[in-house]
Amino acid sequence: MAMLEPVHPLTPKSWYLPSKPHKFCPGCGHGIVLKALGENIDELGIQDKTIFGCDIGCSLLAWNFFACDSTQTHHGRTTPVMVGIKRSRPELITVGYMGDGGGYSIGSQHLLNAAVRNEKVTLILVNNTNYGMTGGQMAPTTLPGQKTETSPYGRDPEQTGYPTKGPEFIAQLTPDSAYVARATVSKYNQLKRFIRNALRNQIEGNGFSFVEVLSTCPTNWRTNAQQTWRFLEDEMEPYFPVGELKSPFGKGDK
Amino acid sequence: MEKVFSEAKKAFMTGNETAAWAALAAGAEVMFGYPITPQNEIMHYWTRMAPKYDRGFLQTEDEISAGFTVCGSVQSGKKAFTATAGPGNVLMQEPFGMAEGMRLPLLAIIQQRGGPSSGTVVYSQQEVTLTTFGGNGEGHRIVYSTATHQEIYDYIIKGFNTAWTYRFPTFILGDGYQAKMREPLELYSPEDKGIKMVEPYPLIGLPGHIGEDREPKHLCNIYSLEEELYEVVMKISAEYEAISPELTEYQERECDDAEIIIVSHGVVSRAADDAVTALRAQGLKVGCFRPITLRPFPAQELKNCIQKSGAKKLLIAESAYGQLFRLVRQEIYGETVPMETLFMPGVGIIDYDIMSKIKSML
Repeated sequence: MAMLEPVHPLTPKSWYLPSKPHKFCPGCGHGIVLKALGENIDELGIQDKTIFGCDIGCSLLAWNFFACDSTQTHHGRTTPVMVGIKRSRPELITVGYMGDGGGYSIGSQHLLNAAVRNEKVTLILVNNTNYGMTGGQMAPTTLPGQKTETSPYGRDPEQTGYPTKGPEFIAQLTPDSAYVARATVSKYNQLKRFIRNALRNQIEGNGFSFVEVLSTCPTNWRTNAQQTWRFLEDEMEPYFPVGELKSPFGKGDK
Repeated sequence: MEKVFSEAKKAFMTGNETAAWAALAAGAEVMFGYPITPQNEIMHYWTRMAPKYDRGFLQTEDEISAGFTVCGSVQSGKKAFTATAGPGNVLMQEPFGMAEGMRLPLLAIIQQRGGPSSGTVVYSQQEVTLTTFGGNGEGHRIVYSTATHQEIYDYIIKGFNTAWTYRFPTFILGDGYQAKMREPLELYSPEDKGIKMVEPYPLIGLPGHIGEDREPKHLCNIYSLEEELYEVVMKISAEYEAISPELTEYQERECDDAEIIIVSHGVVSRAADDAVTALRAQGLKVGCFRPITLRPFPAQELKNCIQKSGAKKLLIAESAYGQLFRLVRQEIYGETVPMETLFMPGVGIIDYDIMSKIKSML
């Protein structure tokens, strides 16, 4: 009987292997986002000068995901920490990683003002339409009618407003040198390209770079694989259009 | 870094201007701040001088952001600072907590204003509890309470060295009077006084190729297990307690035979000092004790003072309703000397106020 060689999945060089397998739930989209980020860090050759900053929330589980220097922050405060680092050490590539709660709710004024000032940082915001880490509460991005722990009868826009469309408002606040896009974990190549552009925009010293990524949360959505993908593609993507809203690299990819 | 003063020089200026010059002379590289009275002129002077000395500044969207940008900046190895007051100090407790938990050498200048709430923009000593024990931690901070403009200058220079030597968040606790009044002082470059400034160093963004020359640096402030956090807090506590004896500073005067010892801090200690002079001239045995560091508190030194004098009473005088009083009581637990109080929250205290109180205690 032939000996079977163990098969190791291909992993980006910039992944920190002692922290693998990662700690995200089965079916969570974070791993896909972080793979796209890792491959880009490798291909751009920026592993040694990347500072990865983690918000509180599920994004925190990525705190030692990369073989890059990293720091944990507080809920909503990753943006100012990244701004402080970038302004102090412009040669570093600062990547802030946060969820929709951290970016659009508790950290919204940091996000808004960093965008207005065109801070030369890259922020990646994972939108899974709920607060995952704390047990599935309503988020700024929860869809109308969507049930969460704090909207158990479905989100009522009359009472709680409509979902925050982050890239749309950030695109309005930023000059042409900013990069603003929305990606989805269902389109990997596009996601990877958008994150690459967001990093490149910082590397070139152009301005603020922001990518929202539509992602999945089967644990809190209480969905099976088929339902999870259906919610992402059929509910979220029509509400949150995917594409580049602002790019210094030519015509946006819609 | 360029020397700011080629030789020591006399000046007559406000405390806020003094603070900006001190930060410059101490080699501070960047300030992050948000406007709030009575600290505004620290930013005003800093923004005028910073470009001439190749230093940085950012006016952030609020005090939370100012505190966290300082956290990021010191993590990346820059000597960064901020200044605030009152409700701004409340908002900054969150980043100050991060600095405590991650041992970040953050320096903040606090110019106390009246409280609670928006209070007044004028003056108080009501941010003692907040500055010493604010946040969701254990008060692992170093707090210098200054009394004169010369001290603002000296302790800002010292404070940067304290922060970067021990890596505990460090505070220069002033007040609206010290911020706004003018006073003579001497400005100097630290090296001319034999003070060697501690060089800042990065905690992340380190040199070398990851995986070849070094491991990645992952900074952490949240823990999965009770036991992990316990280990961290116990280690921080032990280190804080170990360095406390070399950090505590105080002043005492005429305490050897004092029957009453006035305990006060900051600008009020000047009124106490004047009161002691006047009361001694009247033949009354009164002395005064002033903690310069409120954290760590010079507890043993105050106990020694009480014991050697055999004082019959202490008078705690402060422009707050018992914030110093609570600190003193907890720190000298076990002493049985009776304490009286002069609480004037948000209001200035002059020698006459203290003398009247002392005479009522005789």
